[in-house]
Amino acid sequence: MVSLIRKKRGNQSKPLGTDFADPTDAVGDFPPIPVPVSDPLYAFLLASSGPVDLGGLPLASPTVETLRGHGVEIIVPLVGNGELMGVLYLGPRRSDRPYSSDDRKLLTALADKVAPTIRVAQLLRQQADESKERERIEQELRIAALIQQTLLPKELPAITGWTVDAFYRPAREIGGDFYDFIPLGGSRLGVVIGDVTDKGVPAALVMATCRAMLRAAAAHHDEAGSVLAAVNNALHPEIPPNMFVTCLYAILDTDSGELQYANAGHNLPYVQTSNGVTELRATGMPLGLMPDMEYEQRQYDLALGEVMVLTSDGITEAHNGEGEMYGFDRLIAQVAASGPARTAVSDLIDDLEGFVGPDAEQEDDITLVVVHRSSSARVSAEAFEGLKKVDPKSIASFSVASVEGNERTAIDQVTDAIIHVHLTQEKLEKLQTAVGETVMNAIEHGNKSQEDLDVTVEVLVDTSRITVRVTDSGGEGEFQPAPEPNLEDKLDGLQSPRGWGLFLIEAMVDQVHAHDDGPVHTVELIVNIGEDH
Amino acid sequence: MPASPFSSQQQDDNGDTVLVLAGDINRAAEQEMRGAYEAAKSTPGRLILNFDQVSYVNSTGIALIVAVLTDARSVGREVVAVGLTPHYLEIFSITRLSDFITIYPDMASARTAD
Repeated sequence: MVSLIRKKRGNQSKPLGTDFADPTDAVGDFPPIPVPVSDPLYAFLLASSGPVDLGGLPLASPTVETLRGHGVEIIVPLVGNGELMGVLYLGPRRSDRPYSSDDRKLLTALADKVAPTIRVAQLLRQQADESKERERIEQELRIAALIQQTLLPKELPAITGWTVDAFYRPAREIGGDFYDFIPLGGSRLGVVIGDVTDKGVPAALVMATCRAMLRAAAAHHDEAGSVLAAVNNALHPEIPPNMFVTCLYAILDTDSGELQYANAGHNLPYVQTSNGVTELRATGMPLGLMPDMEYEQRQYDLALGEVMVLTSDGITEAHNGEGEMYGFDRLIAQVAASGPARTAVSDLIDDLEGFVGPDAEQEDDITLVVVHRSSSARVSAEAFEGLKKVDPKSIASFSVASVEGNERTAIDQVTDAIIHVHLTQEKLEKLQTAVGETVMNAIEHGNKSQEDLDVTVEVLVDTSRITVRVTDSGGEGEFQPAPEPNLEDKLDGLQSPRGWGLFLIEAMVDQVHAHDDGPVHTVELIVNIGEDH
Repeated sequence: MPASPFSSQQQDDNGDTVLVLAGDINRAAEQEMRGAYEAAKSTPGRLILNFDQVSYVNSTGIALIVAVLTDARSVGREVVAVGLTPHYLEIFSITRLSDFITIYPDMASARTAD
């Protein structure tokens, strides 16, 4: 009769049953009898070097009593690697003679062979169990990642005058971060960033629920605070206890730059302004904790050139090798130094990675959404596409090298190109000034005065207007437009005397549109000619 | 409208100082323009900027004029502009330079108003 003892973390060793017992054993229906670690027999067997006679064993052991009751005469401990892995129980010899010294030698030799074999079997079984558990966890993580990836936006909103970018990188155990862009009709865009407490599939499922509730509420409520209040009430009965969701919801009017926002306990958004970094504060409890909460709603007007940065706590709470947190100060410094959306995202992630070091495992999901009011064009993306469909006739196209002074060449060539278009002297001179300023910006800011980069100028005409398109390579550059010029401030030394370029351009023509396509930055100047034609 | 280099000439006009500006007022004009203003700084009377022979002013040129105006105001000196074309009159108006610079169509009317 063999009892196998499975190694357990607890203090009781347990026989694995009678798998190895001979079914024809004369002992018959012999139950598995464990040797508890607490029983003195356990230590005695562990210290024994061979078969142990139960007869005169001087131990106060309940197990010994039980074994004697079952007629056991000899116990052979199976010791391997310093552990008691099993025991052989032997009843009386069938010949009714006592066990001989040869029998004992045979049993010792048998135990020496069996113990390592059992040890190997145990290790194999343990490995198989662990591998199954790992597979189960991996499978769960795959499901969680799939839910996240399916529900995060597939593409970024393309809005003329705005650059929007986002970054999401899950931790190995998916952390429940999410973001969303919800078109609300007209020029309004809903912007969401959130974080579900907990990890893995439960967090992913709550995220999916919350996202759907936000989309539904955003369609029914015009105010950011009401949207969060509605989601909170819908989520509260559905969410498991001790789980909740932090979430910032903002409604951006892309025509005016007006941003209306409410916050359910999420990290504050930061805005890079010409006067430093501003926090957008609004108070509110996380979603799903308590019903009938109210959410403070506030408003901020995003000015031309300003960059809003939304983050999850996976950024601020990332640690480096010394256990130091990335923290809000570093985040704010990055926001202060950030360029337009695309570079803002990569710069911040680079800085974060530099901080935590190359070998660190990411602790939590990292989510970043950047909204940059990149130009003052106040037409929607659809309208911009519509403008292009008018299909005006291209009457001239040329390039100038990015050398200061070449804006005069561009002015002259545009003037030559439109010589047959009837424009009043006033409109012609205004267009000349606008072309000069736009080309100068393209040379200096777009192409950074790199002589090998060209500024291309295209002149298009249809029955109602002249369009001049000026293209440079600054689409992914760091150009920050100057603040709106204020002459009093300039005369008082509060503003640089410079910074009139964009102001003049906008004042000189009927429409200005800026458009980025990767590195290609295009400014389109439009002059209406209908009444002069 | 070919590019033409900037130049300036200082004249005394019945107790006022006139800077006769010519050519393009842009970045290339910066040094010459600052030099001309420095030379005219301690002269008597109003500072009259004559734009009769100016062909082109860009945003950098506006910044140069703002710098001159800032300095003149700091010593309480009146700055006058004459000879602006309608286009540049409009630019002086939208930038609000015309709120701080007295504008006359030509030298004759500037003298009469003195």
